[in-house]
Amino acid sequence: MSDDQMVTIQVDGRELKAKAGTLLIEVTDAAGINIPRFCYHKKLSIAANCRMCLVEVAKVPKPLPACATPVNEGMQVYTRSPLALAAQKGTMEFLLINHPLDCPICDQGGECELQDIALGYGNDASRFVEGKRVVPDRDIGPLIATDFTRCIHCTRCVRFGAEIAGIRELGATGRGEHMEIGTYIEKSVDSELSGNIIDICPVGSLTSKPFLYSARAWELVQRKSIAPHDSVGSSLNLHVRRNQVMRVHPRDNEAVNECWISDRDRFSYEGLYSADRLTRPLVKKSGNWVETDWQEALEAVAQGLKRARGTSGNRLGALLSPGATLEEFYLAQKLMRGLGSENIDFRLRQSDFRAEEPAYPWLGQTIAQLDELNAALLIGSNIRKEQPILGHRLRKAALTGAQISFINPLELELNYHATQLVNSPAGMISDLAAVAKALGGYGGLIDSAEVSDVHHRLAEQLRTAERATVLLGNIAVAHPDYALIQGLARIIAGNSGSLLGYLPEAANSVGGRLAGALPGNDGSNAQEMLSNPHKGYLLMGVEPGFDCWNPARAMETLGQAEFVAALSAFRSQSLEQVADVILPIAAFAETSGTYVNAQGEWQSFSGAVAPAGESRPAWKVLRVLGNLLDLPGFDQVSSEEILAEARQVAGDRKPDNSADGGVAYERLLAGVGLTRIGDVPIYALDPLVRRAASLQKTRDAIEASSRINAREAAMAGLADGDKVVVKQDKNSAKLRVVIDPTVPDGCVRIPAGLVGTDTLGGQIGDVTLEKA
Amino acid sequence: MANEVCFRNMDQDRPWLLEQYRSRGGYEVLTRILREKTPPESIINEVKASGLRGRGGAGFPTGLKWSFIARNAPGQKYVVCNSDEGEPGTFKDRDVLRYNPHQLIEGMVIAGYAIGATRGYNYIRGEFWEPYERFEAALEEARAAGFLGRDLMGSGFDFELHSHLGAGAYICGEETALLESIEGKKGQPRYKPPFPAHFGLYGQPTIINNTESLASIPVIMEKGGQWFKELGVENSGGSKLFSISGNIKNPGVFEIPLGTPFAELLEMAGGMKNGSKIKAVIPGGSSAPIIPGEQMMQLTMDYDAIAKAGSMLGSGAVIVLDDRNCMVKVLERMSYFYYEESCGQCTPCREGTGWLYRVVHRIETGHGRPEDLALLDDMTTKIAGRTICALGDAAAMPVQGMLKHFREEFEYHITHKRCLVS
Amino acid sequence: MGFKNVPMSVAKPSVNKESLFSPELRAEIDKWIAKYPQEWRQSAVMAALMLVQEENGGYLTTDLMDKVAAYLDMAPIAVYEVASFYSMYELKPVGKHKICVCTNVSCMINGSDQIVEYLEKKLGAKLGQSSADGRYTLKEVECLGACGGAPMFQIGNKYYENLTPELIDSILAGLE
Ligand SMILES: Cc1cc2nc3c(=O)[nH]c(=O)nc-3n(C[C@H](O)[C@H](O)[C@H](O)COP(=O)(O)O)c2cc1C
Ligand code: SF4
Ligand code: FES
Repeated sequence: MSDDQMVTIQVDGRELKAKAGTLLIEVTDAAGINIPRFCYHKKLSIAANCRMCLVEVAKVPKPLPACATPVNEGMQVYTRSPLALAAQKGTMEFLLINHPLDCPICDQGGECELQDIALGYGNDASRFVEGKRVVPDRDIGPLIATDFTRCIHCTRCVRFGAEIAGIRELGATGRGEHMEIGTYIEKSVDSELSGNIIDICPVGSLTSKPFLYSARAWELVQRKSIAPHDSVGSSLNLHVRRNQVMRVHPRDNEAVNECWISDRDRFSYEGLYSADRLTRPLVKKSGNWVETDWQEALEAVAQGLKRARGTSGNRLGALLSPGATLEEFYLAQKLMRGLGSENIDFRLRQSDFRAEEPAYPWLGQTIAQLDELNAALLIGSNIRKEQPILGHRLRKAALTGAQISFINPLELELNYHATQLVNSPAGMISDLAAVAKALGGYGGLIDSAEVSDVHHRLAEQLRTAERATVLLGNIAVAHPDYALIQGLARIIAGNSGSLLGYLPEAANSVGGRLAGALPGNDGSNAQEMLSNPHKGYLLMGVEPGFDCWNPARAMETLGQAEFVAALSAFRSQSLEQVADVILPIAAFAETSGTYVNAQGEWQSFSGAVAPAGESRPAWKVLRVLGNLLDLPGFDQVSSEEILAEARQVAGDRKPDNSADGGVAYERLLAGVGLTRIGDVPIYALDPLVRRAASLQKTRDAIEASSRINAREAAMAGLADGDKVVVKQDKNSAKLRVVIDPTVPDGCVRIPAGLVGTDTLGGQIGDVTLEKA
Repeated sequence: MANEVCFRNMDQDRPWLLEQYRSRGGYEVLTRILREKTPPESIINEVKASGLRGRGGAGFPTGLKWSFIARNAPGQKYVVCNSDEGEPGTFKDRDVLRYNPHQLIEGMVIAGYAIGATRGYNYIRGEFWEPYERFEAALEEARAAGFLGRDLMGSGFDFELHSHLGAGAYICGEETALLESIEGKKGQPRYKPPFPAHFGLYGQPTIINNTESLASIPVIMEKGGQWFKELGVENSGGSKLFSISGNIKNPGVFEIPLGTPFAELLEMAGGMKNGSKIKAVIPGGSSAPIIPGEQMMQLTMDYDAIAKAGSMLGSGAVIVLDDRNCMVKVLERMSYFYYEESCGQCTPCREGTGWLYRVVHRIETGHGRPEDLALLDDMTTKIAGRTICALGDAAAMPVQGMLKHFREEFEYHITHKRCLVS
Repeated sequence: MGFKNVPMSVAKPSVNKESLFSPELRAEIDKWIAKYPQEWRQSAVMAALMLVQEENGGYLTTDLMDKVAAYLDMAPIAVYEVASFYSMYELKPVGKHKICVCTNVSCMINGSDQIVEYLEKKLGAKLGQSSADGRYTLKEVECLGACGGAPMFQIGNKYYENLTPELIDSILAGLE
């Protein structure tokens, strides 16, 4: 039987064509014929255990499960014949004997697959008179509420863990009627994709803990949106009640997020309603913050910027969050350029700007193409936590045999087999140079590199693979020698015939460039703006203590400015310390706009709820400021109008990673002493997620600490739990020591973006430890 | 004509030793096959000609099963032996393992050669420690003598064989549950298709046969398919091991030609114990519907005869019940077994076996209701044929059999809240 | 997506496998691992659990199951699933001698009820319980494939068939 052979089948008298061997349920689903099911899920392996999809097939005496029956030529199927209906009803009766029938108090009520199907296939009265099975509940962490008595054992959640999340946390223990879904021991479910089991559970056994009992399904209105954190730009449905986002679900988008979303995208909405949400403008008056009205605040900003500007626009700088919308970026840069400043940047976590950057850096391929890779080398990336959906795509490739390798300063906990080359940040450069050398690269650094077997192996994997890629991640961008990494990566990719790709950090890291939010000729980049004090700054969506590569220096530099205006959705200590006026802006879900994702796709969305309190969409705020400053071209009445303008400016620029391939730079990081690795943990990425209370209770929300391996600890005379004083430049922090075998020798992992490490310097750099 | 195939060495002293096995020509068939490079197809044809039907219960023709494997396709293939022996009433494979392990080993190597498999596993139920040790010792002997390992007798054919120990689960006798179990998982059956011949152990083409089936192979290859077939009767080739137990004098395992009258088998087993009267017989393991004694006394022990009587020969486990037994109690115990042993994955079996047991239990304990028998009838139709594996059928069939032949005993229980029998 | 079976191995940052079990126990487990394809270490889970259980006096703890998981590169839950599925694993402490009495049909009609009754009285423990001195645990099991010797039970690795009260007395008296 050839795989592509087409066959004709008949379903309830309708003729359908399909590829031979396709599962019947796929064929009927595509044709819009509804067959009830519980265990089948298009993205999971076939279990055929619920027996709800039984249908009659001519010449077969027993009913067959549509989810597991491949179609063949001439097959005649009856989905609602007496035999099929009797089988479906029989299954329903069995399912209901042990399922509670108290839908009105169940959180799944109104959107329960069992409830829906029971209405069509159930009997009114149960003939089962014995007591129902009761299963004790377990606490499986802050995100997912359980009510296992409702479980119908479809095992979707278990298969999800094994096949999609790649960590088996839930299982079905015991056997027969005593089989229970759960974690068996008291244990939290820690996958970065865990929330998806809420969606795939057909009943109310697994539900959202933050959402629990807060609304009924039929009270919710569904609004489309785009995820605001990493550069995947997953498609979302926001569920809204009375102007409040109650929960977030994925929206199917096969080319981007399939039907999944990361927990970060699902639960970060909680941050919208955090106590420090800013709802009125704030002005600092003689050192004290006072609430004021918009008019006064806007005037103050216009005056402040004008004053700071004085005679030269060059005295002003703008630091923008990479999570801003394209429209916000566009107006912000227009405002700055209108004031005569070319100092604009959103690359707040980058310190090394020596390399010529590509015109329009992107993933270098489509998101879906990641599934089909045969080899990949990831440099300075914890893709699983940085861009979870891309991590999942890469895992898919790995499971079909792709050879994945990492060059990182940390050993990662992966959910597939990969080669991990773990070295200090300085050592990473040497490793890259060695791989480049193994691929025939030459010059400078490369010539002196020592090539070992692993380097040869990595090089060969890339060179011989049909589809290979080299990807640069968040840790690479934060490296003090990012220019070297970029150059070496380019040589490795070029010499091995691999696609070079960037794994952009934030929702709009790609869009920021298109909107022109980068320094122009002679303009200062983020690093320069944050090292050399300018007279005045405009901050948008930035918390200087958490969002910058070197928070201590950022605070110091901003502190020396004459005037700092900030647009922010939240109150924030570090902002309040340096700013003079804070204008409250709409947050995620409250404004319309556009993100450009890693594959260069422009995705526009509308606001789903009104901005909190008196806050306003940032584009409106910027437009009014433009008017107050008498700048031309600030008359847009909608974000669509801004988008159209930005599109025109961007022209038909196509994503493009090409740039000069040379590596004529000096090493900046010597790496002789102890090197700090300041990665940004998954739930510390941006102001919104940092305020998402439930995510902050998960295992991935690690707290500020100083993590070293046992060897380094022994040498420094430190033990797990000790307090140490970490010194970096002239800054210090007192932190707890955690012994962590994933940290290489000569390094200490001190994550960035956390309370407790916000007083330190650059994310990667020399530090010393002293026992406190 | 007894003890021609699996038990043909039973007259020997310590028949499990290699030395003894070889003294009667053991491993000569294998040696000949390897030396003459017998075409694998001709082995499969010989097995087909023998009329051997799977001795594990389903009675599927063994040769036909082997022919489903694409033997020349690249990739690892496996031969798996099912020594899980869990069907209540069955205790024959234990004796094959204990007394004739080499014949099983030889059969597995020949099977491997025939289907192009170089690896085999023998899944032995975890409780069978003594048979496991015997089998392990035999493996050692065979390996040392060059009947297992690389390049057997210079033929270029490799075959490695290991045992895998179960840990207590009847369902692992179901062939795909058994494969899952070898893969280090719970023993939950897989949906078929795909069948093991295409997607078996570790996802590779696999044949899986019962211990007795595989142990019959060397004799078939030695004496020819035709010879084997003629031992038995039409549609039931060969002789077969019958495990006979219950209220009889000399329970045990007997190898007799298929088609032998049941009455003869009963006589070999010493007849009824204490002169009691035969009431009923479960002819093929507890999953086979029960047959009233008088009817059974007229039947021959072969696939067709038992099927015609509304039951099945199954694994050849014959449980004989005398007239002091209460059928409600017997069914209650059997239903409890399926409830206890359901793997739990598919709905009708997980929920249905428990429900069946509870209803029979309440009848047995005097709480039955008039509508309960109709409920049982209905429930069995909703379990049988609707499950992933045949355990659902196995749980339903005894209920159906009992209600067919002994319904009045159940009715009596419900109305009088006590036993008809004692 | 179709049917699937890949080993559910987990790639955890370096665990020191040598520290998990004694060298002798590791050697035993390794013998089993060697029987299966390299990427299917998990095939040895049943044997490993049995060996570990035996060394631990007849029952498994979560800690031991976690160690087996680490040793075989499995997710702990996958090991719990196996340990809770098969009836020969004990997840609670048991007596020194576990007496597994078959009560299935052939044994039942040959008097297993009386055997159970006799044992319960003699040991002062019901089915599923242990004797007060912790020496014995009484367990009901399904057919052990020895119906020709009904009624029967298993203690340790050994089958005892054609049981009578007198025979039981002498069997128990003969145990260590
Ligand atoms: C619930 C169940 C239990 C089974 N138990 C056994 C068993 O213990 N031994 C056995 O050989 N076959 C058993 N079988 C049958 C096997 O699935 C399979 O058909 C057999 O091993 C194939 O070998 P054969 O063709 O040589 O009989 C069982 C089947 C089912 C559905
Ligand atoms: S019929 Fe029973 S034992 Fe077989 S797969 Fe279904 S639940 Fe498991
Ligand atoms: S959807 Fe087909 S058996 Fe569950």
